Amino acid sequence: MALQGTCREIEDIAIIDFSGKITLGEGSSTLRRTIRDLIDKGHRKIVLNLYDVDYIDSSGIGELVSGYTTVRNVEGELKLLHLTKRVHDLLQITRLFTVFDVQSDEESALKSFR
Amino acid sequence: MAAKTQRIEITLETLLESVDLAEVIVMRIAEAAGFNEEEIHKMGMAVREGVINAYNYGNQQIREKKIFMTVELDAEKMIVRVLDQGKGFELTEVPDPLAEENLLRTSGRGLFLMRAFMDEFNVHTAPGGGAELVMVKKLPDAVSGNGSSQPE
Repeated sequence: MALQGTCREIEDIAIIDFSGKITLGEGSSTLRRTIRDLIDKGHRKIVLNLYDVDYIDSSGIGELVSGYTTVRNVEGELKLLHLTKRVHDLLQITRLFTVFDVQSDEESALKSFR
Repeated sequence: MAAKTQRIEITLETLLESVDLAEVIVMRIAEAAGFNEEEIHKMGMAVREGVINAYNYGNQQIREKKIFMTVELDAEKMIVRVLDQGKGFELTEVPDPLAEENLLRTSGRGLFLMRAFMDEFNVHTAPGGGAELVMVKKLPDAVSGNGSSQPE
C-alpha cells in the first residue's frame, strides 16, 4: 500500500499517523513532502507515528534521516513513535536508533519535547 | 542422484517498477523453496536493495540500460545475482554507513543491508563492465544439517 499520512495537532505538536510502506518512489516522496509541508506551515515539533508502517527500505531510511536533519536545521524536533518490529530492527542494525528519539507511547512522546 | 540446480534468468528494465517486480519474484521462489516467512522477507529486501543499486547507481536510471537477475536454486542454497550495465565498483571503496561521520547520510545503506540480510554477499565487476551483486541464502535443511533420513 502506498504511504498515507493524516495529521493531528495537539497544542503546538504535529502528529502524523502513517500507514503503508516507505520505499523508493512514492512512499519516500510522500514522507519528504509531508515533513516539508509541516515545516513550511511553521511546525517545529513533529511526531511521526509509524504504527502501521511495516516496510521500509534504504531509501525510506534515507528520507527519515533527511527529515530529521531538515527539522533539526530549523531548530525543531522530530520524533518517531510506535515502531513495528521490522522497522525497529532496521534502525537498530543501521545504528540509527542512537540518532532518533524513539517513543513507545504518544503521551511520552508529547511530554518529551523541550 | 544429485539434485539439479534450477536457474531462472530475468531481464529487467531500468524502471522503478522493476524494484518491486524483482522483490516479488525472489520472494515467490524463496517461498516455494521452503524458506520461512522471516527469511523470505529478508531475501526480498536484499534483492530489492540490489535492484535499487543497479537502477540508481549502476545504470544511473538510464532507461535504455538493462538489469539482469539470475536466481539459482540447488539442494543447499539459493543464489541471486543482480548485474547492471554500469562501470562497476569496489566494495572496499564504499563508505561505512555505521561510521559515526556517516550516520546522517541520506544514502549508502543498501549494500550494508544486503550483507546483513543474506548469508553471503559479494560484488564483482563483470567482464563486460557493470557490477554484479551476488547474494546467497542457505536453505533451512542445509543449515541444520537435516538433509537425509535416518533408518529406525
